[in-house]
Amino acid sequence: MLPFSFEWAWDMGHMVFMGGLWYALTILGLGMTYCIIMAAVDTAKGKGSHNH
Amino acid sequence: MDSALIPEGVKRCSFGKFILWIVIVGAVLLWGVVAMLLCWFKGLNQTNMNDAYGFALWIWADLAVIALGGGAFFTGLLRYVMGKDELKNIINYAVLIGFICYSSALLILGMDVGQPLRSWFIFWHANVHSMLTEVAFCLSCYFAVLTIEYIPLILENRQIDRVPFFHNLSHNMHGIMAIFAATGAFLSFFHQGSLGGTPAVLFGRPFSFREGVLIWPWTFFLFTWSAAACGPCFTILVTWITEKITRKKLVKQNVIMLLAKIAGWMLATYTVAKIIDTWYWATVTAPARGFNFMDFYSNNPLYGPWILVLEIVICGVIPSIILITKTGRKSSFLLISAVLLAVLGACVNRWVMVLQVMAVPVLTFESWFMYFPSWQEIATTILPVAYGIILIMISYRYLPIFPQEQEIEEEKNASIFV
Repeated sequence: MLPFSFEWAWDMGHMVFMGGLWYALTILGLGMTYCIIMAAVDTAKGKGSHNH
Repeated sequence: MDSALIPEGVKRCSFGKFILWIVIVGAVLLWGVVAMLLCWFKGLNQTNMNDAYGFALWIWADLAVIALGGGAFFTGLLRYVMGKDELKNIINYAVLIGFICYSSALLILGMDVGQPLRSWFIFWHANVHSMLTEVAFCLSCYFAVLTIEYIPLILENRQIDRVPFFHNLSHNMHGIMAIFAATGAFLSFFHQGSLGGTPAVLFGRPFSFREGVLIWPWTFFLFTWSAAACGPCFTILVTWITEKITRKKLVKQNVIMLLAKIAGWMLATYTVAKIIDTWYWATVTAPARGFNFMDFYSNNPLYGPWILVLEIVICGVIPSIILITKTGRKSSFLLISAVLLAVLGACVNRWVMVLQVMAVPVLTFESWFMYFPSWQEIATTILPVAYGIILIMISYRYLPIFPQEQEIEEEKNASIFV
């Protein structure tokens, strides 16, 4: 549920529950995005190719 | 045949033998899948759940595997956040066991909700006044964390690791694993707790009702505490079973000792807290609502006072004493008995907090409600066990789950030559 959803209410329950969910998902999403981008950069630099 | 996929420097059984065991365990899995499809296509009338038992065997299995899967979050917390470096040698297996437990929990929930295609409703049309909403959020997010922790293991397969991008991805994921582990510990704290809090806020069920602090009943903390204590015990137990089946030592004894010691102290402190909670509930909380202690344990064929003794004394006090003493931990028989009892204790605790709650009569004209699961419920509860065994077999064969395996084998061979 997002704040523009018709069920949304600006109360403590919605902010804590949905805020917690989006906070956790953001950390996981940003963490994975960072790893994938860094892996692409490292690969472009030729790192890890000794495994061949 | 598949030797190119097996990690370097380790020995595995022949491919034919491996496939034979996959087929045998797969037959059990198939039995569970048939029962699962029956439940999905014909509905929940395939179960023995009724008006008295809205929560039944599935929810017990759910709570039990979530508690036992707690070894992943607690070992991850100890390894990545608290810096217990020795645990790096068992963390992979703890993650795998946690992944199996949590995916099993989600699978069982997928059956229990009856309409799995509408599972996304809980996220989009969330009831923000329900502890179970918090459980659903944290459970699914934590499963994502476990998947993220399991992916580097898959990427470290001998052939996949040859691809530079996958090698670098695995390396980078290891680099920030502490962030994922800390997020996992945060999520676990809340969903383990809320699973304990749910029966305790049922003020119409005096057997499970508890007081607490602010919005959290005492069982909120007890569930998290017991998962942190019994989860690592389950990791030790499964490691021991794997070692017996493979007939080789996979993790060095000092690592097992450290984890057993920490789990022992967690279990000991949990047991003291549980005794205090039970005492307060029996002498203050329940009498205040018109119930005597023996009202919850008499005039029924299953739930006698023995179940309380089993949970707290036999599966709490005894394993605690064994695990916190050096002599107890050093004896292989006592150590394994203790972790087995601790695991049994967590399962009994979840059974009591789910099924005995439903069995106890709450109105004067009611009698005890007894329940026996249908074969479909039993088959679908055994299904995750078969799935777990298969995933462990595949992971053990193709992934470097045990970093010390090769070193232990070399030391063993060297000692033979000496």
